[in-house]
Amino acid sequence: MFRFIARRLLETIPVLFIIVTATFFMVRFVPGGPFDSEKATTPEIRANLEAYYGLNLPLHQQYTNYLKAIVLHGDLGRSTKYASRTVNEIIADKLPASLQLGGLSLLIALVLGLTAGVIAAVKRNTKTDYAASSFAMIGICVPTFVLGPLLVLVFAIHLGWFSASGWYDWQDRILPSLTLGIVYAAGIARLTRGGMLEVLNLDYIRTARAKGASEARIILKHALRGGLLPVVSYLGPAIAGILTGSFVIETIFQIPGLGREFVNSAFNRDYTLVLGTVILYAVLIIALNLVVDVVQVWLNPKLKFE
Amino acid sequence: MRPPIVRLLLSSVFCLLAVAGCLKRETAVERGNRDQILHRGMGPEVADLDPHIATTANDYTVLSALFEGLVAEDPKTLAPVPGVAERWDISPDGLTYTFHLRSNAKWSNGDPVTARDFLASWQRVLTPSLAADNAYLLYIVQNAEGFHKGQLTDFTQVGFSAPDAHTVRITLEHPASYFLSLLQHWAWWPVHLPTLEKAGSPYQRGNRWTRVETFVGNGPFNLKEWRTGQHIDVTKSPVYWDAASVRLNGIRFHPIEDLNAEERAFRSGQLHLTEALPVAKVDAYRRDHPDLLRIDPYLGTYYYTFNITRPFINEARVRRALALAVDRAGITEKILRAGQLPAHAFTPPGTAGYTPTARLDSNFDDARRLLAEAGYPEGKGTPVIDILLNTSENHRIIAEEIQATWRKELGIEIRLNNMEGKSVLAARRARDFQILRSSWIGDYNDPATFLNLWTSGSGNNHSGWSNAAYDQLLFQAARTADTAARNALFQQAEALLVADAPFIPIYTYTHVFLKNPSVQGWHPTLLDHHPYKHVWLDPK
Repeated sequence: MFRFIARRLLETIPVLFIIVTATFFMVRFVPGGPFDSEKATTPEIRANLEAYYGLNLPLHQQYTNYLKAIVLHGDLGRSTKYASRTVNEIIADKLPASLQLGGLSLLIALVLGLTAGVIAAVKRNTKTDYAASSFAMIGICVPTFVLGPLLVLVFAIHLGWFSASGWYDWQDRILPSLTLGIVYAAGIARLTRGGMLEVLNLDYIRTARAKGASEARIILKHALRGGLLPVVSYLGPAIAGILTGSFVIETIFQIPGLGREFVNSAFNRDYTLVLGTVILYAVLIIALNLVVDVVQVWLNPKLKFE
Repeated sequence: MRPPIVRLLLSSVFCLLAVAGCLKRETAVERGNRDQILHRGMGPEVADLDPHIATTANDYTVLSALFEGLVAEDPKTLAPVPGVAERWDISPDGLTYTFHLRSNAKWSNGDPVTARDFLASWQRVLTPSLAADNAYLLYIVQNAEGFHKGQLTDFTQVGFSAPDAHTVRITLEHPASYFLSLLQHWAWWPVHLPTLEKAGSPYQRGNRWTRVETFVGNGPFNLKEWRTGQHIDVTKSPVYWDAASVRLNGIRFHPIEDLNAEERAFRSGQLHLTEALPVAKVDAYRRDHPDLLRIDPYLGTYYYTFNITRPFINEARVRRALALAVDRAGITEKILRAGQLPAHAFTPPGTAGYTPTARLDSNFDDARRLLAEAGYPEGKGTPVIDILLNTSENHRIIAEEIQATWRKELGIEIRLNNMEGKSVLAARRARDFQILRSSWIGDYNDPATFLNLWTSGSGNNHSGWSNAAYDQLLFQAARTADTAARNALFQQAEALLVADAPFIPIYTYTHVFLKNPSVQGWHPTLLDHHPYKHVWLDPK
């Protein structure tokens, strides 16, 4: 297992290198630059700014300077938009809110999704199943930018239980996490139901029943392990979606997270911030996918670390 | 009956929500009214709190609480009133301004605000390495442009001097009746150089003095907390010279980019004021809550720029024809619906008492006649032209309306070319467009801030239009002290501009926002400036 993890970690190095290189050059070839603004800057000012940020150097030299700074000092550079902040500072400042939002949403997605999925599978073709499946269908169909404002309208504006926006106390975490979590809860519920239904028909479940194991034990101990497999493989892309999808939620609820910087930096042509956030998300997604793979092998005896 | 498990699930979710919310809580606005803390939505987050680097109107929103220049603004008319300078003398030739600083003006760290602070600040703005976007606003001072462009390295040759610690003398390149208004711009505000020196180089970007721990200002409020992406808190300054008349105890600025999110925050009692209001919601507020809706005039023009170096539109008659064939009233009344005025020239009517008399009215018959004279009767033989616009719902609807009118009235085909913001700016810089959607917001309340845009040397004149007579008129106007004579020169210049039509005026902006009735002293001003020391909250 350790060899498997070590090999996978080694594989990430070329992957990250390709991501950094591709992003570095792609963002430069997009028309417009960080100093293009509605009010035109004079050529002198532009030249001074470019000199300060090293943008006047030949592109290949900027590229090697950038790589050197990252590899040697872990320095992601200075933001062109936020004049007195470095990209490292911006990430340190804004990542915690995004991680909290992502973590809570994932928790909600798992708790709601697994519960609904298991119940639907056990009570197959009953009203309970239909109710849980409809919940899942609605969850998949309603986009976050509709659900979010809807929840705000009901719970913040009409009932006055929560703030419509902001990220101060624990109450402020509830509506955003719910909005982002429900979408994935829906997907998880459908996959859990499907996985469980398949497993519940297998021989070993019948054996367990014949041995007189209680229904709860059969479901939670025996069936769930196999039934979860499709959910676990779905979690990889789901986590990526939750992390990068937080942009919409952060905008709707005014959360000081990194998702907004991730998107806005591209509009601002803040080259270093674009690269910094892309690298960060790439690392996060690669790491979480590795965790998912390990969990998958652990759950499924048929798979081996190889 | 619903299955018990679903009922259980639903009720537990509901309980959780109810417990979390507990009871209806006191809103931020209610609390603010009690404590005299104003909650203001401010649009996108500020990039920095350095007045010499700041470029946008929402930077001003925060900075104006933290700094004060030589002159301040009257809360109703924005006319220059004493700020750090308690009085000033103007030499008879209008070239030399002598400001007498009040002795009790203080920085937030207790240091007195001196003439030396102002000189050091202006030197900083003009130092090329700082690359301050607004440095050009100081070019009116003798030799300032030369110093900024590096042709001159001795700052003592620039027209600033400090005869003593409380006197500042400024010598201008030419008389300028709007100079005092210009001084209200944040590029002219002082910074505390010793603080900047401690935090890094004052003459380079990336200086970190604007952090809460190190920040020093001289305005009616001090920086208390800056949580990026969340809020900026400022609190009443005890050392401000006029602290006795400041009624607010503090202001919390909320950076909310999304207009709909901002409106929801207002509705749930988190904001006293929004930065703007989505167009789609204007009617509903007008109908249901007219007491919350504010539509103020705003010093800005929405227009289309012609690239006059391109065939077909290099012909003035064609440009005029296109400009005449725009249904401006239809656009303002049916599409925008928030008090915007149809624009018939470039300078907004009533800019510092000046209203342009030359007009491009909407007249389809004249438009057809001009087009026929130019050799395109009923639009025969006209090429397809592109309108370049940055992605935005409003820009698109207006362009579609104009596209439809031109097709129907003139027989001209238009293609709409929709691009993301910075891509449009890149195309504009390369002059790679035919017609470009544009807007211009005045820097200060004077026709010069509009008409200077069309001079040959202006960096913001993207049309390629250049007219020596026009340049000469503006040059003369800048050197004319008498307001009536100066306005007459502006009228002549604007007439030349309108006759040649390197642009199509479309509408004059308004500022549409929501305001809680408890906010007092928030007067409609052309530049959307609201000096905070005159604002207070009255819960009634």
